[in-house]
Parts: sequence; structure tokens; C-alpha cells
Amino acid sequence: MLPRSQIVLLISLATAGFISAFSSRIDDYILDVVLGIGINIILAVSLNLINGFTGQFSLGHAGFMAVGAYAAGTLTTGPGKAWIAASGISPAVLFPFVLLAGGLAAAVVGLAVGAPSLRLKGDYLAIVTLGFGEIIKVILQNIESLGGSRGMVGIPSYTTFFWSFGAAAITIYAAWALVNSTLGCGFLAVADDEIAAEAMGLNTTRYKIIAFVTGAFFAGIAGGLYAHLKGYISPAGFDFNRSIEIVIMVILGGMGRHVGVVIAAVLLTVLSEKLRDFGDKRMIVYSALLILLMLARPQGLFTWKSARKAIAG
Amino acid sequence: MTEFLQQLINGISLGSIYALIALGYTMVYGVLRFINFAHSDVFMLGAFVGYYAVRKWGIPAGGVAGGLLVLCLAMSICALIGILIERLAYRPLRGRPTLSVLITAIGVSLLLQNLGQSIFGANPKAFPRLFPEANLHLGQLSITSNQLLVIAVSLILLVALHFIVHRTKTGTAMRALSFNATASSLVGINNDRIISFTFGLGSALAGAGGILYAMNYPSIDPLMGTMPGLKAFVAAVLGGVGSLPGAALGGLLIGLIETFVAGTGWSTYRDAVAFAILILILLLRPAGLLGKSRSDKV
Amino acid sequence: MKRFLFNPLPFSSLLAAVCLSFTGCKPADSGGGPQDTGPGANTGKIRVGEYASMTGGEAAFGQSSHKGTQLAFEEVNKSGGVLGRQIEHLLEDTQSKQGESATISKKFISRDKVVALLGEVASGRSLEAAPFCQEARIPMISPSSTNPKVTEMGDYIFRVCFTDPFQGRLLAEFAQKTLKARRVAILSDTASAYSVGLAKYFKDPFVAGGGQVVLEQKYSGKDKDFKAQLTAIKAANPEAICVPGYYTEAGLIVAQARQLGINVPLFGGDGWEAPQLIEIAGGKALENTYYSTHYSSENTDPQVQSFVAAFKARYNGETPDAMAALGYDSARVLADAIKRAGSTEGPKLRDAIAATKDFPCVTGRTTLDASRNASKSAVILTVKDNRFKYVETISP
Repeated sequence: MLPRSQIVLLISLATAGFISAFSSRIDDYILDVVLGIGINIILAVSLNLINGFTGQFSLGHAGFMAVGAYAAGTLTTGPGKAWIAASGISPAVLFPFVLLAGGLAAAVVGLAVGAPSLRLKGDYLAIVTLGFGEIIKVILQNIESLGGSRGMVGIPSYTTFFWSFGAAAITIYAAWALVNSTLGCGFLAVADDEIAAEAMGLNTTRYKIIAFVTGAFFAGIAGGLYAHLKGYISPAGFDFNRSIEIVIMVILGGMGRHVGVVIAAVLLTVLSEKLRDFGDKRMIVYSALLILLMLARPQGLFTWKSARKAIAG
Repeated sequence: MTEFLQQLINGISLGSIYALIALGYTMVYGVLRFINFAHSDVFMLGAFVGYYAVRKWGIPAGGVAGGLLVLCLAMSICALIGILIERLAYRPLRGRPTLSVLITAIGVSLLLQNLGQSIFGANPKAFPRLFPEANLHLGQLSITSNQLLVIAVSLILLVALHFIVHRTKTGTAMRALSFNATASSLVGINNDRIISFTFGLGSALAGAGGILYAMNYPSIDPLMGTMPGLKAFVAAVLGGVGSLPGAALGGLLIGLIETFVAGTGWSTYRDAVAFAILILILLLRPAGLLGKSRSDKV
Repeated sequence: MKRFLFNPLPFSSLLAAVCLSFTGCKPADSGGGPQDTGPGANTGKIRVGEYASMTGGEAAFGQSSHKGTQLAFEEVNKSGGVLGRQIEHLLEDTQSKQGESATISKKFISRDKVVALLGEVASGRSLEAAPFCQEARIPMISPSSTNPKVTEMGDYIFRVCFTDPFQGRLLAEFAQKTLKARRVAILSDTASAYSVGLAKYFKDPFVAGGGQVVLEQKYSGKDKDFKAQLTAIKAANPEAICVPGYYTEAGLIVAQARQLGINVPLFGGDGWEAPQLIEIAGGKALENTYYSTHYSSENTDPQVQSFVAAFKARYNGETPDAMAALGYDSARVLADAIKRAGSTEGPKLRDAIAATKDFPCVTGRTTLDASRNASKSAVILTVKDNRFKYVETISP
């Protein structure tokens, strides 16, 4: 008998698959927005591991997304295309492995960035990750074989309802399982009081790196999904503003809360589509909300009962 | 050799602006121990005050008096904005976890940027000429009057700041507050007033920086503060956060390094180099070049 | 920790099985196909979707282009529309952001049932929307995306402007013949596909024609300080400097070059086109600089002058720039094609657009070639006494 959480996961995967089988009847536009919701859930939940549960502050999540998007795109569109064709397996079947490769690439980069910088305190980490996001952009712009600043064109649309929401379900499950494991206790200890955690003999840097790399991994998966949804990626699309959008989802949802963050990801994605005509006014409201939340409701908008831990409170 | 000397001049004039912004970061960090993310946006507002003062409010520009008037106006408006931001957004959070304050600071920064984009428009605007301009040539070398002005103003403000912090009563209170906030309030220092003053002073510097930056690079937009702000932050850390001479030194170094990197064909990585320096300095010498290391109290 | 790491193993194999089974179930992509209910119907308004960067970093170009498009459709509607029907002009804002164009094009096609799409100014965003238009067999006309890749996306994708390879060749010719420069330095923007591409398309024919590129320097969009690069360029002693970037940076580059005592000509492409260029750089610094663009508002051609007059009347005396002119042309080429096709069905409309020949655009007589690019002439402008001044016209 599987534990309850895994049953829930399987049911949600099955539901995703079931809906996916009928997705051809859904209007292309609605499908695009809906798949975007799945991707944003993955991004927000994975960032929540870092910014919420572990109490660090990363402003470079879009950078990891870019790494995943480019790694996955390279496999299906760029140099890896011939290699996949030679294997004789349908690329649509290989898609999960492509996503996995994107996630792993992002995780490796996450390790490279995190290992030195996670020894720093919160606000320094924010600046370093922000800088990292910019550097990734510059590096991608200078790689001609990946399209340089023109971007990568003609990526096949492999992202289906099942992959988007299946990956989202797995991300939520993984985040949930991780936080409720022994490691998760370490995350919370780091978030609560780093110095006390260290005094208790915890290797705080190790916990921070694990949270950071896991977060980067799922951001990479989201990047792969994004690339195969939009069919086009360019370095400029993974800029600071993209990172900020994810950060806002996490903060509005409630740092260190699962449900709230998922609700925020869904709601903000739908709202940005509905309020398309108010494009530039939207960010004013979000940033004002960010300040007001910190002043009046640091646990986030969509969290009602007090969970076992309020990081910002 | 000429090329080297010219790059030296370029680097110093760029570095002076970084130094000016870095001073503001350092002062606020010294007193409140947090990074005021919105500092670079107050810098942007400074430039826009200058723009509107000349283009819309009809302050005559191009002469020394008009230019100085615009500079003072930008500094005082920015000081007011800085005090207001502290009063409304940061003060209610005093004593809360650093993360909350950091998020609020990012929120303020985003709010200013997006308000700017919707009020001023996202398109770059041409900044008017404030002071009489001239190109000075020294053999093959050239320097503009604006570059000299930036260096001079930065130096004057650095000396003035040093005087305020070390020779005045308010400055002594600032240092006391930075050392121990509880103890300073016990000896009768009005912490709130000192913090307001610090924010006002830091923001006035940012405003001056904005004007000087816009004079040298006369194309201003609501997102113009981000990059110089980040570089100045790196400069502040490099010099030692909390140390005024450190910020000035850090600013100069970052300006020089950037210029020489860009001049040798690695120009696309000039931003990357600044961040690499940041990571290196934080790992090797977290207190910075001139800062004093101090351990956190538990 | 062990428990967590090892527990999911049986679970993940199960998961993989589930995944694979559902991949099998997923029906092949529906493919869209021409919409036979909306545009095919012969009643009501004809819907055309325009997507442009109305806000964000490239708002200046998007807004300009939109004004031109809007004016053109208003004129068409005033004169009775096409096929006896009015044109309904829909606009969506891409916010200068990646990812929006894909969503918007899907919205236009599946929701609004437009007969054609107009957009985008930036090549990157045109590249993003193009595959969806191609798949749905809805023609798309880009007013001013000059990257050659755009129209290679499929046979439903067109443009009414010239391409970067043409512009690069023209600049190379101009540098060699008119400026008589043999040693040229290039300062390009790595963050912009346009700038990188134009630099390359300039360099190849220039070198082939016997010229020498003495130094290639780069910057990154939104940079403000170029003195380091320019000092290095000055040391290399070129006879001219090619700056294939956008006006914000080009303006600062020209001003800083003059401050450093670099007095050789600087030249660039249509990215320089904006009235702010003169404000940023100052008219004096801009003397002896040149750029190629799609049209000049000072052209005495009666068609251009009547367009300029109509534009000024409509938008408070604003002078239309090249983006506005191209936006205007893209809409008129489309309206003309709908008229000739006698139908708004995708494939018929596509054929009609592809057959556009010698159409009198304000940016010159336009013929769409086999690769769906406009072959037309370009003009070279310079600045004299704080005003843009026409230098010459170069035909393809």
C-alpha cells in the first residue's frame, strides 16, 4: 500500500493524463494559458523551497529556467536533434528525458552558483543570484550555436497538458516530501535561526545547497516545458523581471506554504492574461501589494490558518 | 601609453559616480544593517527631477547658477522621498526579520520603477544640458568638463560626509546608533530622527549621483538605476560596507576594472566581472578592503 | 533522509509507465487549419490582428508602428472598406516581453478568428508568433522585422521592409563608395540580434570588397558608457566606425566618440531612426554621421507628402518616422491583397499577398519576392543643423 501522498500524486497524474487526452478539443489560446499555469506552479513551488522553507533569497530563478530551456531545446532542436533522430525513438517519447536533462543541467549550474554564494547571508545572496541571472543571459547571448541573442527558433511543441501538469504534480509532491523529511527539518532550522542551527551542529551550508539545487532542478524542468510550449526562446526573455514574477508568486502565496503558493501561481497567471490591457499598471499593483503584505500580512495572501511556521512573521 | 592614460581617465570618471552611489548604500547599511534596494531608484528619480525641472518647470539650464539650482533641487526632493520611504515602508518593520525588510525594499524599488514607467514613459528621454560644456584636450588625451565636475562633486561630497559623520553631533549619534541601537537610545539619542536623517542624506547623494550620471550619459529612462545601482553596491561591498572611504575606493576600483575589461575586447563580460568580484570579495574578505570585520551578536 | 531517497524508486517506475501510456493516448496535434466559420463568412467586419510592443523597453517602435497601421485602416474604412466590408483592427500589446507573442497569436487565431496578423517590430517576437500563423495557415505580415530568419519560418510569413543582409550590403557599399573608407571599426550590441546580424552582414561584403575591419568591439544593450571601447577604437585609427545598434546607444556612442576627439564618420542602420537621436547626441556631434533607413519624411514624392500630412493631422502634428511608415504600408499591402484575393480565406489571401508587385508604398515601390521579402530601395540620411537630411537613395 502506497502512502497517502503518493496516492494523491498518482491520482493527479492520472487526471492530468485524462484531460490531456482531450486537450485537442480545447481552444489553442486557452490551452496556452493553462499550460503556462502548470509551468508557473513548478517555478513558484521550486522557488518556495529556497525563498520560503530555507529562508534564503534567490533573485535568479529565471536564470535556471533559461539553463533548462536551452539544454532541453538543444536536445530537440539544436545539435542534439540528429542524435535523437539516430536513436530511432520518437522524440515525443523521449520528451521526459529531455526535460530531465534540462533539469539536471540547471541543477549543475545551481550547484556551481550555490556552493560559493550560499555561505553568504540572505541579502548578499539576493544580489549574487541577481548577478548570476544577468551573467547567464550574457553567456547565452554570446553562444552563436544556440542562436545568440536572436534566440532558438523552431522548437517543437511537445509540451502537452499532461507534461505540464504532471511535472507540476511531481514538483509539488517532491517539495512536500522533501520538506517533511529529515532534510526538511534542516531547512526550517536554517530559516528559523541560522546561527542557532549551526550551534546545534547542523551544516547549514549543506542544507542551503540541497534546497537551492533542488529548486534549480525544477526550474530547469519548467524551462524545458516553457521552451516546448512557446517554440521560441531568447536570452532576453529570462531576465530579472521574469525572476521577479516568480518571487511575487511566492511572496503573495505565503513563503513556506505549499497551497498558498500554488493558488498564487494560478491566480497571477490568469490575472496577467485577463488584465493584458493593463500591462504596465499590473506591476505597480503587484509591487505595492508586496510592500503592504510585508507590513500587514507577512504570511502571504492565501494562507489562512497558521501553519507550523511563519518564516516572515 | 596614451590609450592607457585615456582609459585611466575614463575609469576614474565612471568610478566617481559609482562611488557617489555607493556612499548612500554604505551609510544606510552602517546604520540599519540592510541593503536599501530602492537606493538605485531614488538615483533614477534624481535624474528625472532634473529633466522635469528644465523641460517642464522652466528652470533655465546651461548656466552655472541654473545648473546648481537644478542639482540642489534634485538633492532636496530625493532627500524628501528617501525620508518618506523610510517612514512609510521601513520604519514599521524595524525589529522584524531581515528577509521581510529585504522584500519590502525590493517592493519599493519595483514600485518606483513601474510608477516611473507609467508616469514618465518607458522610452528613453534626452537629458538637457545643465552646465556649460567644454572638451578639454591634453595632447592626445581628452576629458570633458562634465567628467571633471563629477570627480570634483564626488570629492567635495565625500569630504563633507566625512565631516558630518566624524565632526558633528548628529554624526556622533549616527555612529553610536550603528554601534548599538539600544544603547544609543538609552543615552538619549532619538534613533528615529537619526535614521530619518541618514536616509535623507543618503538619498540626497543618490539624487546628486542621478544628475551627474545623466549629464554624462544624457539618455534617461525609469530603469536606468538598476545597473549603476548594482555596480555601486558591489563597490560598497568591495570597499567594506559601512566605511565611507571604503565606498569611495571601491567605486573607483570598480570603475577602473570595468573600463579596462571593456577596453581589451572583453566588453560583453564587463557586468559579469563586477559580480565575480562581488562573489570573490565576499568569500575571501567579507569585511571588504577597508571595513572592520565584526561578528554578529546572537 | 534514506527513507526519502529510496522510497520513491518503485513509485517512479510506476510513474514512468503511466507517463508512457498517456503519451500513446494523446492524439496528434489538431493542426488548426483554416477557420471556415469566421473569416470565410461573407458578412460582418473583417478582423485583422496587430500585435505590437505598446509598453516596455521597445515601446517607442511599437507605438509608432501602431499609429501607422491605425491610420491606414481608418483610411481604408473611410473609403468604404474592402470587399464591401469594414476592417476591424484588433490590437494586443506584447509588452516587449518574450512569451507574449505566442499567446497573442493563438488568441487572435483561435479566439478572434482574424484573417491575418500584422506584427511585430522586433524580429525576436515575430519569430515567436510565426510558427503558429504558419500552422493555422493565417498570413502574417511583419512591418519592420529585418532579420532574414523571420520569413524563413514558412510560406505564410511576409514582410514589407528590407532585410538585414540587404541593409548590410548597402552600408558596406556606402562606406566604400561614398565615404571612401577602407579601414573600418565595428561597435555592435551583443544583446540585440539585430545589431549582431547587421554587423555580420556589413562585415562580409565589406571585406569581400577589399575593405579591412581593424577592430570589432562590443557592448551590451542599455550600457551607457562606451568610452572604454571607443578609446580602443581610436587607438586602432579607423577611417570610419560602423555602429549597427539602436538610437539610444548610438546617440551616446556618437556623443562620446566626439568627446574623445574621434572625428571620423560614424554610420549605422535603421535602428538609429528616432527624433531622440538628435536630442541625445546633440546636433553638432551628429554631423558627419550617416544611417540607412526605409524612408525619409522629407522625400518630395507626393504620396509620401500626403501620408506625412495625414499622419500629422491625425496625431497632433507628429512627424511619422520609418516605423510608422512601415506600419502604414503593412496594413495597406494587406488591404490591397484582400481586395485582389476577393476572399479572406488563408490560402487565397496568402497567394494574393505573395503576388504583390510594384505596390506603391510610402517606403518605396514594393514587390514581394519568392522568399516573401520586400525588395525595395533604402535611403541614407545624415544630420545637418539639428535636422535629418536626405543623402541618397540606394536601389537593390
